[in-house]
Amino acid sequence: MTIKKSTQARFLGLCAALFVSLTCASVVTVENYKYPITDRFAATVVGTPVEFQAKLPETIPLKERSITIFPDRVTPDVFFYGKELLYSVALQESAAPLIFIIAGTGGSHNGTTNKNMAKAFYQAGFHVVSTSSPTYNNFVIAASKTGVVGHSERDAEDIYRVFEMIWAELKQDIQVTSFNVTGPSLGGFNAAYVSKLDEERKLFNFQRVLLINPPVSLYNSISILDRMTQDIPGGVDNFDRFANRLLNAYASTYKGATPGSDDNFLYQAYKTLDLKDEQLAALIGTSFRLSSSTLAFTSDVMADFGYIKPRGLPLNRYSNLQIYNDVAVRLGFTDYYFDFFYPFYKKEYPDKTQYEFIADISLKTIEDYLRNTKKITVMHNFDDVILEPGEINFFSEVFGDRATIYPYGGHIGNINYIDNVAHMIATFNKVEPQP
Amino acid sequence: MKVLLLRTCLIALFATVGACSNNPQLEPQAADYPEPVFTPEQILPPEHADLTAVYDPWENMNKHIYNFNYEFDKAIYLPVVRGYKAVVPSFARTGATNFFRNLGDVTTMFNSVLQLAPTKFFQSTGRVIVNTTFGLFGLLDIASKMEIPRPVEDFGQTLGRWGVGQGPYLVIPFLGPSNLRDGAGLLPDFYVASVATEVMLSNEFRIGATILYPINARAINGFRYYENGSAFEYEMMRWLYSTKRKLDVIE
Repeated sequence: MTIKKSTQARFLGLCAALFVSLTCASVVTVENYKYPITDRFAATVVGTPVEFQAKLPETIPLKERSITIFPDRVTPDVFFYGKELLYSVALQESAAPLIFIIAGTGGSHNGTTNKNMAKAFYQAGFHVVSTSSPTYNNFVIAASKTGVVGHSERDAEDIYRVFEMIWAELKQDIQVTSFNVTGPSLGGFNAAYVSKLDEERKLFNFQRVLLINPPVSLYNSISILDRMTQDIPGGVDNFDRFANRLLNAYASTYKGATPGSDDNFLYQAYKTLDLKDEQLAALIGTSFRLSSSTLAFTSDVMADFGYIKPRGLPLNRYSNLQIYNDVAVRLGFTDYYFDFFYPFYKKEYPDKTQYEFIADISLKTIEDYLRNTKKITVMHNFDDVILEPGEINFFSEVFGDRATIYPYGGHIGNINYIDNVAHMIATFNKVEPQP
Repeated sequence: MKVLLLRTCLIALFATVGACSNNPQLEPQAADYPEPVFTPEQILPPEHADLTAVYDPWENMNKHIYNFNYEFDKAIYLPVVRGYKAVVPSFARTGATNFFRNLGDVTTMFNSVLQLAPTKFFQSTGRVIVNTTFGLFGLLDIASKMEIPRPVEDFGQTLGRWGVGQGPYLVIPFLGPSNLRDGAGLLPDFYVASVATEVMLSNEFRIGATILYPINARAINGFRYYENGSAFEYEMMRWLYSTKRKLDVIE
């Protein structure tokens, strides 16, 4: 069984290599790539086993800071803790290039992925500024202008504002030779739009932009992730039981250290349970659902839209939230898009149907820009679980040899793998600025 | 100075807890507002099992204490811990951690007897003997180097072992998530640990240990309030705590 599976995966990888090479992206062949997990779901869940990870420093001087983005904003009392936006920085003593890292969906500035990227870049001599995803609870509360996130241009404007204000605080203290931006997953998607915005604003004139495993169409990817909850044994009606089993497994591994931190949720649960592909998919879907339910509730309170909380009902830090949690975990991200996001924004886009509106949240919308902008490069995986069949070809078609497609790694599973870390560093170390 | 600080904390605590005797009628009710797009009636299956339900009849009081603990953590606890980490070298901090773990092993010994659990009793007794003698009153954890397993049993688990349920969820001032059973269980465990300290330490050292205990406990705990990205942190912590305690008793 295992042999068959790995042969299959190898074959798929080979096909990938062949296919993508026809469209002339830089393809890393199976033979040259020793990342050990060839199952796309397992890779997504487990990540990179320690012995295959790039050697990174144990600690770097990564400092947490906070900044007020909207001084006049009245934060609802239920989110009293989120008034200021938290971010982290690791600064070099001498002049160096600066890199902004935008976290992926529901990810925080000090989550495992961002922290590891920060270590790699700091070690390679960069100033590092790590920010949370616009979909992260604290970002929605403190830094989203409307409170309703997931809109490509508006999220980019929010991120740009944050970068601008952080830079205003940093510039007295450090010397910067160039600005760069990167992000995994949704963070990569955001980075593309931020780069485009920078062409107009011209504050940073980014030298290089690296998109790591970004979605093409945000709606397609969240639909895939929403559907993964249907892999739950017994169907979605058994979400409670399945989630309880996972959380039980998680709780049994948690020994008082940072309980509830999402970063290792998948890995801890995976280690405890012996999971098959469908269950791994269900696990990925469940983890995503925990992020999206928090996002939907947070946006609902911030915009006072009346999605799951009655409009106008004030909540404070002592209010009972269990009922909103129970409802939120049963709704998908697609529900959020159709029944909250679209109605919220539709008056601004009267000519578009909801499908057109949602389809526009895609890298395809800025395809021409991406095709002609040499500073933007892509690092992706052929077997990424958040892409629809064939969607991976978008990158080779649009970016040509600026896209590097690895045969394995699932979604972000290989980001700590030694070759991928080297790739990230090399991307930003290329000296000659390209127009 | 210390007494003053403690008194200030207690006054602040009672002020916050006192505030929760509000008449619930004055709280805004969901029914008085327009229905949201998705209501619980539409979404929740009939007789649904709550994903993270925990018996919490004192929720309002608990949330006030939770908030107090957060404020205390931010204003006093974490700054003290930061100072501790800045001043005390790492080997000394490890020594302190080992010392209190050794005391914990003594309470495990005591609870293993009450639970009629011979393996755990012999493991914890072995650890205490090795660490108290060769390990200089527990400052060195030689037992772990000898790979003697370290079971952890407290009086809450002992009560659970004999069928006592968790009872209502309870957030304890300064300490955090607990429940009626485990909260009550702190007293016998504390008594056992203080007898053990009396045997091991002279008066001055005992005072030092009493001050150091909470600082060490916070220093080795990576938890930070409101940094896990969930909008439902209280509910999540409540569920995690109670599930973990269920598993602790079964194990």
